[in-house]
Amino acid sequence: MASQEILREEPSRGSFINDPKVRGIFFQAVVVVVLVALVWWIANNVIANLTRLHIASGFGFLRGRAGFDISESAIAYSSDSTYGRAILVGFLNTVIVAVVGIITATIIGFVIGIGRLSHNWLIRKICTVYVEVFRNIPPLLVIFFWYSGVLAVLPPPRESINLPFGSFLNQRGFYFPRAVWGDGSWLILVALLLGIAMAWFVARKAYQRQMATGQQFPVFWTSVALIVGLPLLAYALSGFPLSFDFPKQSTFNLTGGFQVRPEFLSLYLALSCYTAAFIAEIVRAGIRGVSKGQTEAAGALGLRPRSILRLVVIPQAMRIVIPPLTSQYLNLTKNSSLAIAIGYPDLTATAGTVLNQTGQAVEGVVIMMAVYLALSLITSAIMNVVNARMALVER
Amino acid sequence: MKHIAIGFLGAAALGLMASAASASTLSDVKAKGFIQCGVSTGLAGFSAPDDKGDWQGIDADFCRAVAAAVFGDGSKVKFTPLSAKERFTALQSGEVDILSRNTTWTINRDTALGLNFVGTTYYDGQGFMINAKKLPGVNSALQLSGAAVCVQSGTTTELNLADYFKSNKMEYNPVVFEKLEEVNAAYDAGRCDVYTTDQSGLYGIRLTLGSPADHVVLPEIISKEPLGPAVRQGDDQWYHIVKWTYFALLDAEELGITKANVDEMKNSDNPEIKRVLGQEADTKIGTDLGVSNDWVVNIIKAVGNYGEMFERNVGSGSPLKIARGINALWTKGGLQYAPPIR
Repeated sequence: MASQEILREEPSRGSFINDPKVRGIFFQAVVVVVLVALVWWIANNVIANLTRLHIASGFGFLRGRAGFDISESAIAYSSDSTYGRAILVGFLNTVIVAVVGIITATIIGFVIGIGRLSHNWLIRKICTVYVEVFRNIPPLLVIFFWYSGVLAVLPPPRESINLPFGSFLNQRGFYFPRAVWGDGSWLILVALLLGIAMAWFVARKAYQRQMATGQQFPVFWTSVALIVGLPLLAYALSGFPLSFDFPKQSTFNLTGGFQVRPEFLSLYLALSCYTAAFIAEIVRAGIRGVSKGQTEAAGALGLRPRSILRLVVIPQAMRIVIPPLTSQYLNLTKNSSLAIAIGYPDLTATAGTVLNQTGQAVEGVVIMMAVYLALSLITSAIMNVVNARMALVER
Repeated sequence: MKHIAIGFLGAAALGLMASAASASTLSDVKAKGFIQCGVSTGLAGFSAPDDKGDWQGIDADFCRAVAAAVFGDGSKVKFTPLSAKERFTALQSGEVDILSRNTTWTINRDTALGLNFVGTTYYDGQGFMINAKKLPGVNSALQLSGAAVCVQSGTTTELNLADYFKSNKMEYNPVVFEKLEEVNAAYDAGRCDVYTTDQSGLYGIRLTLGSPADHVVLPEIISKEPLGPAVRQGDDQWYHIVKWTYFALLDAEELGITKANVDEMKNSDNPEIKRVLGQEADTKIGTDLGVSNDWVVNIIKAVGNYGEMFERNVGSGSPLKIARGINALWTKGGLQYAPPIR
């Protein structure tokens, strides 16, 4: 824009054709027309060829009965559900593994990244080895490592490993008791929400007081007491409505309780470990990017090392960290499509099955591409908002 | 840059059109000098590479039979291993000329997918296999409620499984993989209790497991799985060549023409044998089909008749030892029946 404004101030030399502004608009219009024509022509070509080859087309198949089952589903699904719902189940599975993977990868990544800058030789070296190992192995191999190397060698269901609290671990997954909420348990939820709201309020007040008077208030322990204590109180007051459904041995598998399948577990662990290695490097670069003078100045003000890290270094490092972090989050989401190799029913797997059962390859692939594109754009948008809030406000 | 990008996109789109718009499969095949045959990624008895890397099995031999009919040489075949998910797209897009990959013939595949199945080279049905050592006392599929079931995705097997458990009011845990090898590995590792696919496939897979003797195939057959080769719609000549290759294999068996005696049979007095083998004066049977008149002789020399193909790959001459059963000729109480070559 700036360059155009400068050009505008100059008197137009020569004829209308040589006017840079007119030429600019003309060529942009040509590109748009060519692009639209190209897309239209490709779409037309595909439709014409599909018709000529007697292959059914259109998205009407999404309303048909799927007829196949899916092992993991966040929403109600059976073989009587539609193809559209099957794809939705796969989409939700992708979102679930991406979200928990992103959270875990961020936590591991920050710990390892800070650990690489530790003054302790052993911690530093362990973190370096972690990064070098996971960063240099293809993610598919990491997935296979967890699936075939770790989880598949666990004992069969009849010889499950007993863990505390009635949990079991075997090659079919990790089983733990499922909470069954009785009458009046809504009170506990209300108490929890109330606790969180009050903790937030206390933190705000404490911050204002510290700003005004410099006096500190034990915000952390107060919050813990509020968030844990209030629901516990509600639990006791409503007459202990919580019971547990424990996993039990049956003919084939453990039944009851809550099962985390090895497919999900290995995908989740592999994606988290793999992406964490990259995040660790980004975090390290971010911390290194904060000038040493900042740390020294903070030290001169009498802040303790932990406070220096928390209050001075990390907030500034975040500005460097967030943009490349976004790419890692997008990578993790897209890498989740490797799930197909171990049979986790993510979007690629279920849409692939739908594609194969209906034979509508073009539509199936278009749906997959559109969904991944939308997921990535949404992730980017969220991270852009976070970035805008973190960015240095120039005055 | 802009021009390069547009040129590139245009070329890509043109390529898309050119590959899909082949006029005649027969002339294309003749021009390139071989038949591209879509097979499985490895299923013993149907299509699996042997220790020398040559594809063996009924499905592989069927493609050799077509090559023999077209070129007079059964070796002019190139094999493309395809997963269940890739197979139809590969045939639709022209990547393969024949899909001979233990594929079930269904109405949807014949109509909505733009394919034409030529016949049933193997009548199969879906069954279940379990590890009898780990699950003693299970001897019927109706006892499988609550089991974890390994199955390949995108197959009719996956659909039949859902229907069977639903209609018998049983529950199960599907453990689904895209590739056969992944299903095999998961079953062998104990990730699931039950393996389900076509019964012939179960016998083949059992041989590849760690200890085959521990595994039993349950008696129930829960579906009809007519397996056969398919071609693209819209090319009747190619469809007829592939279809009549299949019929020729059956007619040869019915007439007693084998790989060993085919040359003698050419001098037979039986007019039917002479006609099938193209020895009739001024015969036009082969040329009308678009191949040479001694096409049946070439087929039999390459792979033998249907019975020989069966026994060699899945029957008594193979480790699978599957009985002919319903795959016997109609004259012997089976379902294999071919219209006459005349």
